[in-house]
Amino acid sequence: MSRAQFEERLFGTLRWVVIAALLVATLFPFYYMVMLSFRPTGQLLLHPGSLWVPLHEITVSTYKTILEPTSKGGQGLLGMLRNSALVSLGTVVLTLAAAVPGAWAISRLTFVGSRQISALFLAVYLFPATLLAVPLFVMFAKIGLQGSLVGLAVVYIAQTVPVAIYMLKNYFSTVPVSIEEAASLDGCSRLQILWRVVLPLAAPSLMATGLYVFMIAWNEFLFALLFLAATPSKWTVSLGLSQMDNAIEVPTTVLMAGSVVLTIPVIVLFYAAERFLTEGLTTGADKS
Amino acid sequence: MSTPTAGTRRRPSPPDTRHRHSPSERAQNRAGLAFVSPTLIVVLVIVVLPIAWTVLLAFQHARLIDLQGMGLFGNWTTHNFQEVFTAPGFWSSLTTTLVYTVGGTAGSIVLGLIAALALRRPFRGRGMVRSTMLLPYVAPVVAVTFVWETALSPQTGIINNWGTHALGWHKPIAFLSTSSYPVDLLGWHTHLPLALMTVVAFEIWRYFPFAFLFMLARLQAVPAGIEEAAEVDGATLTQRFRHILLPQLMPVIALLSVLRFIMTFNKFDDIYLLTGGNSGTEVVSVRVYNFLTASYDVGAAAAQALVLAVILMVLLGIYFGFFAKRVQEEQA
Repeated sequence: MSRAQFEERLFGTLRWVVIAALLVATLFPFYYMVMLSFRPTGQLLLHPGSLWVPLHEITVSTYKTILEPTSKGGQGLLGMLRNSALVSLGTVVLTLAAAVPGAWAISRLTFVGSRQISALFLAVYLFPATLLAVPLFVMFAKIGLQGSLVGLAVVYIAQTVPVAIYMLKNYFSTVPVSIEEAASLDGCSRLQILWRVVLPLAAPSLMATGLYVFMIAWNEFLFALLFLAATPSKWTVSLGLSQMDNAIEVPTTVLMAGSVVLTIPVIVLFYAAERFLTEGLTTGADKS
Repeated sequence: MSTPTAGTRRRPSPPDTRHRHSPSERAQNRAGLAFVSPTLIVVLVIVVLPIAWTVLLAFQHARLIDLQGMGLFGNWTTHNFQEVFTAPGFWSSLTTTLVYTVGGTAGSIVLGLIAALALRRPFRGRGMVRSTMLLPYVAPVVAVTFVWETALSPQTGIINNWGTHALGWHKPIAFLSTSSYPVDLLGWHTHLPLALMTVVAFEIWRYFPFAFLFMLARLQAVPAGIEEAAEVDGATLTQRFRHILLPQLMPVIALLSVLRFIMTFNKFDDIYLLTGGNSGTEVVSVRVYNFLTASYDVGAAAAQALVLAVILMVLLGIYFGFFAKRVQEEQA
């Protein structure tokens, strides 16, 4: 057997081993999370190594406990879901509203300072969130935005607008200018072109960008912790779950149920728009 | 000017000296600024202004309670920086940050590369496998840190249960709260920073999908012809990887290294949620948070954050300096 043949066979087999191992490594934690969320706590303590739940043991009381409001003896996750949804959806709408004209202007118009401005937008990610955390913490305390979902959404917009502009700009550069020029000849103003021509064409890219922004906002933890920790009625799901872990003795199985509830919206959205998302993120990466 | 507007088409401006400021260009200038202004304002207020203020705060004696009455320019002091550099734990925290960053960056890129190579050729269900591998990256950090914590728990965790029952461990291992784990390997005694290794492993697990995604996209854009030609010439698989794919991937790997290095260096929530910064995992960002919330010492927290940012910039400067030099050498 020649070296070439040997390598073909070796890596041909190794490839499947790698794929299987990676699948187990990525999927097992999620399976474990779902499985524990349906187990009674006592059973987990008795058999921590078990890989499945016997049918007669399956319980949904963990979900009842985590979702019910605190007044009914639960953990009040439903209210937190509402907070998370409000902040994330607000962030998506406002970020797109700012990013669409911004990205279009940067990719289509020549104006003074356009290069510096797009460089500034990318530089946002150079600075650690902790560097922003200190002054924002103080600023928000001063103007009374501490403990408010609006304040949190504003920070999320600043954190997500640059990546949104980057993704949309990449997309706009693939749309032929001639369509917009035709609309312009027909007498459309710039705003009309944006609204009637560019937006409908950019729909798939808007979806991908919106989804990515939603995921960042929904998953965010540090700023929620800094601004909302003192106001439990405004807690997002991420913050609320981490506080339950710290403060009171909430059973692991209940926390797992909470984690499942926290993860489901992101995963559903991700699978629904996965193709758009991966294309939107990696446009440009396939050119050297 | 890459995009002539309709205005210049309809009414071409005469080639005189005022060409640079034709009415249509001025209109375009105004429109451009108007369109980016919402973003610009948000970024200025939420990012640029706070950073400038951090720099000011770092040179002042400031606690949170004093700030209400304090002006923007208080009494200047370098006390905060003295405190930062002389405080116990600063240098070890910096070392921890570097180990964490280098380990997490290199590990996630290597694993991402392996995954991308394995998924390169089409097979049934590849799309599904690809999206499944992105799950650690898209799932909420709070949920996945909970799962890791639970699975690694010495009492109720599945890993320790299997380890003690099936793998013959003598007693459960507290992965996330052991700062130094004694090991005997062939008569060689050493101590492993177990908690730090565990958070690095978590970092690799959570971020390899990011590297994988970018490298797979790049791999699929490599023209099939080059590789086929090399195969005809008798190049083996490893030779084709070394001499064809790797050079094609190098720009993406360089980009990913920088991106992941910056992100990991500043990372807060993963470590905070997994260990709270205990057991030898206190990275600088967690320290900043502790300064801010435990003692409300805004000045010291700001100074600490600033030092972190400056170190990052110096490291990036060195990297780009080295890189630019190499490019020049290659061109020469």
